[in-house]
Amino acid sequence: MAAVFFYLFSVVLIASAFVVITARNPVHSVLFLILAFCNGAGLFLLQGAEFLAMILIVVYVGAVAVLFLFVVMMLDVDFAELKQGFQKYLPAGAAVGAVVLFELAFVAVNWQSAPTAHEAAAVPILAQVTNTAALGEVLYTKYVIFSQVSALVLLTAMIGAIVLTLRHRPNVKRQNIEEQNSRTAKSVVELKKVPSRAGV
Amino acid sequence: MGDLWNTIVSFVTENPIVLALYKSVLIAVVLLIYVAYVILADRKIWAAVQLRRGPNVVGPWGLWQSFADFIKFALKEPIIPDTANKSVFLFAPFLMATLSIAAWAVVPVSSDGWVVANINVGILYIFALSSLGVYGVIMGGWASNSKYPFLSALRSAAQMVSYEVSIGFVIITVLLCAGSLNLTDIVNAQNTKYGMLGWYWLRLLPMFVIFFVSALAETNRPPFDLVEAESELVAGFMIEYSATPYVLFMLAEYVAIVTMCALLTILFFGGWLPPVNVAPFTWIPGVVWFALKVSFFFFFFAMVKAFVPRYRYDQLMRLGWKVFLPLSLAMVVIVAATVEFWPSAALAN
Repeated sequence: MAAVFFYLFSVVLIASAFVVITARNPVHSVLFLILAFCNGAGLFLLQGAEFLAMILIVVYVGAVAVLFLFVVMMLDVDFAELKQGFQKYLPAGAAVGAVVLFELAFVAVNWQSAPTAHEAAAVPILAQVTNTAALGEVLYTKYVIFSQVSALVLLTAMIGAIVLTLRHRPNVKRQNIEEQNSRTAKSVVELKKVPSRAGV
Repeated sequence: MGDLWNTIVSFVTENPIVLALYKSVLIAVVLLIYVAYVILADRKIWAAVQLRRGPNVVGPWGLWQSFADFIKFALKEPIIPDTANKSVFLFAPFLMATLSIAAWAVVPVSSDGWVVANINVGILYIFALSSLGVYGVIMGGWASNSKYPFLSALRSAAQMVSYEVSIGFVIITVLLCAGSLNLTDIVNAQNTKYGMLGWYWLRLLPMFVIFFVSALAETNRPPFDLVEAESELVAGFMIEYSATPYVLFMLAEYVAIVTMCALLTILFFGGWLPPVNVAPFTWIPGVVWFALKVSFFFFFFAMVKAFVPRYRYDQLMRLGWKVFLPLSLAMVVIVAATVEFWPSAALAN
C-alpha cells in the first residue's frame, strides 16, 4: 500500500517538476510547482514526518508560492519577445547549466553521511514521542543557536526588503485612522435652520 | 435479518479501509445536509433582523429552499468565457470544494473515535488546507481572464493570507495550553472540574475574540466580504462563474464557515463536552453538544452579517497587521511564560 503511494507521489512529483520548466504559460508553471510541493509533502507523510509535511504545505504552498503566483500573474509576458534572444543567450545559459550540473555531480559522487547519522538511524523512533515534540526538543536544546541565527537571517532579509521598497512620497493621499476615529457627530455635523423659500 | 446486520457491522469494523470509507461518506453527507440548512438559516436570520420573512415558499417554512436552489444551479448551463483558461477555470471551484470538505476528516465530533482520522497534527492539517483555499480564489480570478475578477482575486488572496498569520498565532496559544496538536487531545485538555468555565474561551479570552474576527475575515464573511465586494467589483472573483462551478464555490464558502465554527468549538468551547458536568447535561451525547455549539457560533456569524457595516480595505489590512498581529504575538509570549513559570494557572485541572 505504502509502495503504491510512494510511486504515485514520486511519479507525479517528477512529472510536475518537468512541466514546471517546459510549460509555456508561467502561471501554469507555478501551479505545477505547487503540485510538486504537495506531492513532496505526501512523500514526507509516507516517511512518518507528519510535522514536516504539514509545514511544507503551510509555508511553501500557503505563503511562498502565493507570492510567486502574485508576481507571475502580474507580469505582462510577451512570449514572442521572450524567444527572440534564444540563440544569442544559448552559450551563456548552457555554460551556467554545465557548471550547476558539474557541481551537482561533484556533490553526488563525494556524498558521505556523517558517521553519527548511521547510529542515529539505527535507533528506533519512539512511538510515544510525536514528531512535533521530538523536533522541538532537538531544535530548542541542541540546535538552539542555529535556529535562532537562521531566524535572524530571515529577519534581516525581511527588513532589507522593506527598507528597499519603503519610500515616503509626498503628495500621496493617506488615511489617517486616528483622525477618522476621533471625529464625533458634534464636530462634523452642523445643523442649520433653513427658512422656507430662502435657502441657506 | 439480525445475522446479516451483524455480518455487515463486523465486516465494516474489521476492515480499516472500509471503516474509513464509511466514516468519510457519513461525515460528508451529514455535513452537506447541515450546510444546506445553514445556508437557509443564514438567509432566515438575516431576513428576521430586517423584519422580512426570508425564503418561505418552497416546502413548509421554506425548508426545501436550499435543495431547490441546488437543483436550479445544477440544471443550468455552465457558461465558460471564450478567452478563459478553461482547465484552470473549471479546476478552481472543484479544488476549493474538495479542500473545504477534506478538512472535516480530522474534526472529532464526539469522544471515542468519532473522527475519520485521529492524526497527531490535526490542527496543522486544517490550517494547511485552509491556506490552500487561497488558490481556488486566485486561480478562479486569473483564469476568468477579465479585469474585475482578477483585481478582486488579488485583494482577497492578500486578505486571506494576512488573517492566516494571526489565526496561526492564536492556534499556537491554544496549543501551548493543551500541549498537543491533536484535536481530540485539545478537547480533552479542556475537560476540567470547572465545566464551561474551564474551557479556553475564558482562559484565553482576547485570543477567542481575535480568532472569531479572523475567522470572519478568513472565510470572507461580512463585515470583511471584500472578496465579493458587490459595491465596487461587481461580484468579486466569481463574476464569470455560473451554474455548477458557481455552486461549488458557494458550497466551499459555507463549508469553510462551518469548519471555522467547528474550530472555534474545539479550540475554545470544549468540543463535545457538556457545559456543566452534572447529570442532565452529561446524558446528552457528545455529538449533540458539538452540533449545538457549532450552530451557536454560526448564529453569531449570521448576526454579524446582519449588524455590522462592511469594512474599508485599508481598515481591514490595518486591523490584521497592526492590531491583531502584535496582540497575538504578545499573547504567545505571555501564555508561553505562564505555562513555563506558573503551570497551575495555565493548565488548571
